[in-house]
Amino acid sequence: MKNRLSSVTSTTIVYGVLLVAIVAGAVLTAVNGRNFFSTGNIDNILTTTSILGFIAIGQTLVVLGGSLDLSVPFVVSLSSVVGAGIMAGDPGNIVPAVVVTLALAMAVGLVNGLIVTFLKVHGFIATLGTGLIISGYLASNYKGSHGSAPLDFRLLDATRIGPVPVSTLIMLGCAGLAILMLRRTRLGHHLYAVGGNAEVARLSGLRTSVPVIAAHVICSALSAVAGLLLLARLSVGNPTIGSQGGYDLMSIAAVVLGGTLLAGGKGNIMGTLAGVAIFAVIDNVMGVMQVNPFLRDVVRGVVIVVAVAVYARRELDTRPPRFERPTGLDAALQEAR
Amino acid sequence: MSTATPSITTTETQARPELPLHQGSLGSRIAAGLATPGGAVFVLVGVLLVSIMVSNPNFTDPGALIRFAGRTAPIAIAAMGQYYVIVSGEFDLSMGAVIAAQVVLAGNFIGQDEGRIIPGLLLMLAVGALIGIINGLVTTLLKVPSFIVTLGMMLALSGLVRYITGGAASGNPVDAFRDIGRGGIEDVPVVDVIPYPLIILVVVATLSVWLMRRPFGRTLIAAGDNPEATHYSGAPLWSYKTRAFVLSSLSATVAGILLVGYAGVHPSVGAGYEFTAITAVVLGGVVLGGGRGWVLSAAAGAFALELLFTLLTSLGVPSTWRDTVQGLIIIAAVAVSARAWQVGRRPRRTTPTDPSRATHIATPSPNQPSTGATTGEN
Repeated sequence: MKNRLSSVTSTTIVYGVLLVAIVAGAVLTAVNGRNFFSTGNIDNILTTTSILGFIAIGQTLVVLGGSLDLSVPFVVSLSSVVGAGIMAGDPGNIVPAVVVTLALAMAVGLVNGLIVTFLKVHGFIATLGTGLIISGYLASNYKGSHGSAPLDFRLLDATRIGPVPVSTLIMLGCAGLAILMLRRTRLGHHLYAVGGNAEVARLSGLRTSVPVIAAHVICSALSAVAGLLLLARLSVGNPTIGSQGGYDLMSIAAVVLGGTLLAGGKGNIMGTLAGVAIFAVIDNVMGVMQVNPFLRDVVRGVVIVVAVAVYARRELDTRPPRFERPTGLDAALQEAR
Repeated sequence: MSTATPSITTTETQARPELPLHQGSLGSRIAAGLATPGGAVFVLVGVLLVSIMVSNPNFTDPGALIRFAGRTAPIAIAAMGQYYVIVSGEFDLSMGAVIAAQVVLAGNFIGQDEGRIIPGLLLMLAVGALIGIINGLVTTLLKVPSFIVTLGMMLALSGLVRYITGGAASGNPVDAFRDIGRGGIEDVPVVDVIPYPLIILVVVATLSVWLMRRPFGRTLIAAGDNPEATHYSGAPLWSYKTRAFVLSSLSATVAGILLVGYAGVHPSVGAGYEFTAITAVVLGGVVLGGGRGWVLSAAAGAFALELLFTLLTSLGVPSTWRDTVQGLIIIAAVAVSARAWQVGRRPRRTTPTDPSRATHIATPSPNQPSTGATTGEN
């Protein structure tokens, strides 16, 4: 019994929680006389997942590397206004706009990574700082909405393949690439190693700065994609769209909800996707039930803490045993469990 | 811990003093203290103060200075509360929401009834303590990362407050209560008025320094530096960390009481205070992740931050660029202090440098020194 319980990974639990959320959502929606699995509702949930999904995938990489990225909402806003400014309603400008926006965001991520690795500033402070820098730039140079997206670009958000929005498919594609990177490439393995214990990774001969910088660059690039998607949805750039969404804290919450250790070195993308989906389902159900928007925050806050509490306790205990023989205290702890 | 009774030879003292903080004359000790990030923030406050006085002569008036100190008191108190949590290795993101909740509570419970001021204050402190206890127990006993616990608390509290108030200003506490935040002792020579917030700040700061010199404070820093070692030394980590969270929420409560006087009752009062407090604490040279830093440096960090904003305003920098400057400053400050802590760190004793000590240990049993030396490094 004990063995079977301990073989349950936290990802399994997250998907269990997601299943519970979907069942509860379906019941609550049915009580309100609607169909949870109707095309419109599913479409709504998938659309909600896509934007937070992009950011949360990037945030997972950063958290796995033992850092944090609080600058994401400002990168989202920045790419939204910069993209809209360059496009200016002309379909011919879509490609240069996307390229410039992504390059700009990757530059921000590079700066984040360099500050974290070479100046030895904690990721929390480094990205809080770069976020503030961008926020000041946005507040000084953009008043209200800016630029506009041409119709061709807006189709990015409006097109559906069957019931699935294209934006969700792109997000899942990015998730697949990120999973491949983490499982199959040297960079991914090094990211886990550095996040688990940077000193041990360094003594093993890794360049500890490379994976962390790469994670920050990818995270900012994915935030830029999220910003461009918001631009496609709203058709104008908005300098405060990112901070309105609270994407920094919500993405970190989704990452931790997905079973990734906040300290780094343990976790995966699949869990994060489930975490994002849990948020989307909860938001959707509360929307159907017409819960007061302020009370939604209360529910979100409680759900985050309770869901993480379900597996956070055992998360720390399932590490492989160390090489040394167990001490008397360890044996006692084993018994107690 | 093994260096509790170091035997210092004279040659070693000249080459590298073993415990710099406890050696030399008072002057050299202060100089050594100012070289650490926790001391450097006081120099920063001095430099900023002088530059403001140069750019804006109005600021040289003692009355203006003391009113500035009174205005900064809430953020300094919040920073000292955040200090306890950060030095024990955790985060408290719920601070701003706690302030908003307390402000709304004051507005609605006390209202225009002067008789309810004392019960109101007690109720606010009780609510603050309760929030801290919940944060602390969920973090320590349920093992949820404090980042997530206090984020959840922030969402829940701020949602609840805006739900109750409908998102608009509501309730107006009686003027006697608001005077705690905006009043002061009048007709004082030289400075004209001593604001109550400043007095409260001095009291809180004194208590904090006393508390951090007590076994509680020492253990809290140890818990942030090395939780495992602190646990094995017999300290109940959950109790210490929970008390840190309670102190943080209580500080937010006090900051809320003061802010009612300045800002009135609105659910957006206190928004973003958690990040400002964390910034102030970090600016004060306290290391995120715990175990390093001085409580007064956190308060000084808050003053440095407010002085910086005042300086930017008096230099005519548009307020929209404030964020950018703040971001640059905190990155630079933390980058510099990360270097400074590393330089100031005592060298690790991988080999016993003092021959007399090594032989002393080696005499009873030849096996003992090897185990004693290796367990410390593994």
